[in-house]
Amino acid sequence: MSDHSFQDPLIIAGREFRSRLWVGTGKYKDFEETRKAIEASGADVVTVAVRRVNITDRNSDNLLDYIDPKKYTILPNTAGCYTVEDAVRYSRLARAAGVSDLVKLEVIGDERTLFPDTAGLIEAAKILIAEGFIVLPYTNDDPIVAKKLMDIGCPAVMPLAAPIGSGLGIRNPYNLKIIMETVKVPVIVDAGVGTASDAALAMEYGADAVLMNTAIAGANDPIMMATAMRYAVDAGRLAFKAGRIPRKLYATASSPIEGML
Amino acid sequence: MYIIVNGELQERGHPLTVTHLLESLDLRSERVAVEVNFKILDRSDFPTWNLQEGDKVEILSFIGGGAPQQRL
Repeated sequence: MSDHSFQDPLIIAGREFRSRLWVGTGKYKDFEETRKAIEASGADVVTVAVRRVNITDRNSDNLLDYIDPKKYTILPNTAGCYTVEDAVRYSRLARAAGVSDLVKLEVIGDERTLFPDTAGLIEAAKILIAEGFIVLPYTNDDPIVAKKLMDIGCPAVMPLAAPIGSGLGIRNPYNLKIIMETVKVPVIVDAGVGTASDAALAMEYGADAVLMNTAIAGANDPIMMATAMRYAVDAGRLAFKAGRIPRKLYATASSPIEGML
Repeated sequence: MYIIVNGELQERGHPLTVTHLLESLDLRSERVAVEVNFKILDRSDFPTWNLQEGDKVEILSFIGGGAPQQRL
């Protein structure tokens, strides 16, 4: 199943995605490690940031020489943007640098937590949607904000599991479940995953996909962790679709009592 | 003429199109976004866009995200 051979595509704004694990490309040792980890993850969506080209000390290597835009959907983010104006400017630059209208919109509220500024997020999303962008918003685990983002035209919402890079896992599973029951668009759990069980849990709760970066890039063996995450997301998705048994306080025998001596 | 490229003052000959600037920096136009005086250019305008004295040029591309890096 790890080859995603089961037919269960994720559809967002009419685009079909094969993998329910999306990965970031930051914090790797080098581009070669980035490439290998992404390949091992099986992801077909990768996030990137938009930054100044270093013109004085230029490394001739470009990320896109390692991550083929024909093979992967490149999803630019607005990481590091603390104002609506910055997030909108970076989104426009991302569109100019790339080939699509997709943007993972981040409006960060605070340096220490990197929590989203959800008021700014909604404002920036409105501006960008009016300009034809397909806005995938990085948001808090707040069902009301998630619904507002859906209502203004975001074709998916991306609530956090925990602060970016924290590895704390899902801090508020009940809110995530409420978001999944509230919005009619795909829910992609983004940020805060620490290890494979966190990703599996998110999928078991009913998330449509999981996006992560640090949990893979920061592992001792990023490529092995990418593989683990791939299995975890598949396992969680299958368990969700299969339907778990209800929790009961007391035992229910699995073996029949008839025929005992 | 003097222009500012990614925050750095550079002396350049005139005329200079955006395409020429990118070529001189060994950058592929299909991999970058270019902003001149806060206006984002269409890629199709690169060959004909003549840079002027004092222009503030920003050249950006995709990098691994989102580790903290130098911003604008």
